[in-house]
Amino acid sequence: MAKMATREAYGKALAQLIVEDKNVVVLDADLSKSTKTADAKAVCPERHFNVGIAEGNMMGVAAGLASCGNTVFASSFAMFATGRAYEQVRNSIGYTHLNVKICATHAGITLGEDGASHQSIEDIALMRAIPGMTVIQPCDDIETKQVIQAIAKIKGPCYVRLGRAAVDTVNSEDYVFELGKGSVLRQGNDITLVATGMMVQQALQAATTLSEQGIEVSVINIHTIKPLDEALILEYAKKSKLVVTCEEHSKFGGLGSAVAETLSKNHPVKMAMVAVNDTFGESGTPNALIEKYGLTAKDIVKTVLESI
Amino acid sequence: MLSNQELAKIAKRVRRNIIKMVTDAKSGHIGGAFSATEIAVSLYFNEMNITKDNLNDLSRDKFVLSKGHASALLFAVLCEKGFLPEEELLTFRKINSRLQGHPNMNYVQGVDMSTGSLGQGLSTAVGMALSYKIHNQDFRVYSVVGDGESEEGQIWEAAMAAAHFKLDNLCAVLDMNGLQIDGDVTVVMNPFPLDEKFKAFGWHVICVDGHDYDQLHKAYAEARTVKGKPTMIIAKTVKGKGVSFMENDYMWHGVAPSAEQAEAALKELED
Repeated sequence: MAKMATREAYGKALAQLIVEDKNVVVLDADLSKSTKTADAKAVCPERHFNVGIAEGNMMGVAAGLASCGNTVFASSFAMFATGRAYEQVRNSIGYTHLNVKICATHAGITLGEDGASHQSIEDIALMRAIPGMTVIQPCDDIETKQVIQAIAKIKGPCYVRLGRAAVDTVNSEDYVFELGKGSVLRQGNDITLVATGMMVQQALQAATTLSEQGIEVSVINIHTIKPLDEALILEYAKKSKLVVTCEEHSKFGGLGSAVAETLSKNHPVKMAMVAVNDTFGESGTPNALIEKYGLTAKDIVKTVLESI
Repeated sequence: MLSNQELAKIAKRVRRNIIKMVTDAKSGHIGGAFSATEIAVSLYFNEMNITKDNLNDLSRDKFVLSKGHASALLFAVLCEKGFLPEEELLTFRKINSRLQGHPNMNYVQGVDMSTGSLGQGLSTAVGMALSYKIHNQDFRVYSVVGDGESEEGQIWEAAMAAAHFKLDNLCAVLDMNGLQIDGDVTVVMNPFPLDEKFKAFGWHVICVDGHDYDQLHKAYAEARTVKGKPTMIIAKTVKGKGVSFMENDYMWHGVAPSAEQAEAALKELED
């Protein structure tokens, strides 16, 4: 299976977009080689600006640019884009509802060796809590490219969560991304796995293992965490004995919380969450980290078998 | 160009409306609104090209009130420009009003940026000025920053970026009234010398009396001639300027006057 990091796909998509649309302006905070906005800079240096190691200012500059009619892409690591600059994002971009696309890379623990100080596991919770903020996490390169094209067409703030490590291409070439609509990747009537980002590939592997044990599993890729496709989740929850959410994020405030908010209100059903426990990560390879912190297909299988 | 006398009349009406707004709301910030009144009036009436006709344009001269707590000043000036009906001013800070405690750009045409969280406005002004450079648009961006506000680290991030990007279309005015909520800025957290700091950050710096129209106009004109760097006008001002018992008293940073105090203030501000 082909493999590519979603940040790589972001860089390629942005490099195409910046040439096509003269109102696209890209900001980065001294991480353009890592976030891959350097690809856009290579083809259009006149609309790519490095603001230096100053993420709070970057978000303000983004807001000012957007207020003059530009579509602004602002990138840094998820930790700094949402954590360091939280209040700038909240007040200068969220409250104003300006057209800024915060495309943050290196989200989650699979950032790897840099360790816990750089591993953002709270960003979905932070961005989801801002009124009017669209929150998206693509699962592979094919989806990422379409996400970037789609958010450039809508007005208003978006948070796009991207990863450092290469992930499987789970979608086919003819896949069509639809903002706000979950994508059903596998049908099964016993259990529903609701996954986002790099956990989609783990959920698909888990579904294969469970099927071999006679448990039929549906796998839904929730790329748009906010607004959540409540109808789709409800439809599948109604025909499932168990709903398990899978995400590379803290158990607090992420996809699991979003799904629980919907189900508890509309159709209470047994739920389990595969996510990072109430703990910080550490240095290590992405694979060693997802094993230690319980984010593998094996962990999903184990959670299903324990919860069913 | 309006004469200094005409501007002084406008400034008096602006200050009277601020007193009325804050008194009626029983909340708001008079001290820092009065210190920046001449700055805002001179910018809106003699410097910036903002009219009813271009008000809704995405691109035109822009104004960012980085010290957003002086919102009553901005609303009173927009009212003088004819962008806001005078009767609406008394909805300030009340439920269902467009006139929020700190300005919201989506509620009021003519508010160019939502501000209030200190330090953030100057960054957005940098973004606007950068946009005009990118698209070769000949507009200017003005921003009023507080001296207390310059204790925020983000002001210096923005200052660094404005000079780095050579934004000579950006002119900021630092309302140096010397006081912040908790007292004298030199006692709370001394940000001085601000002129030397902005020079060191690569800005063209002009020091003026912030209540003197001739000095302000001269500084704006000089800023237009400066190439390759942003201009910071350090305006020495008096907090609470215009009402004797409010001047230079930090107590008047964010406290509403009583009915008697308001009456006394309005009397001092009569034409």
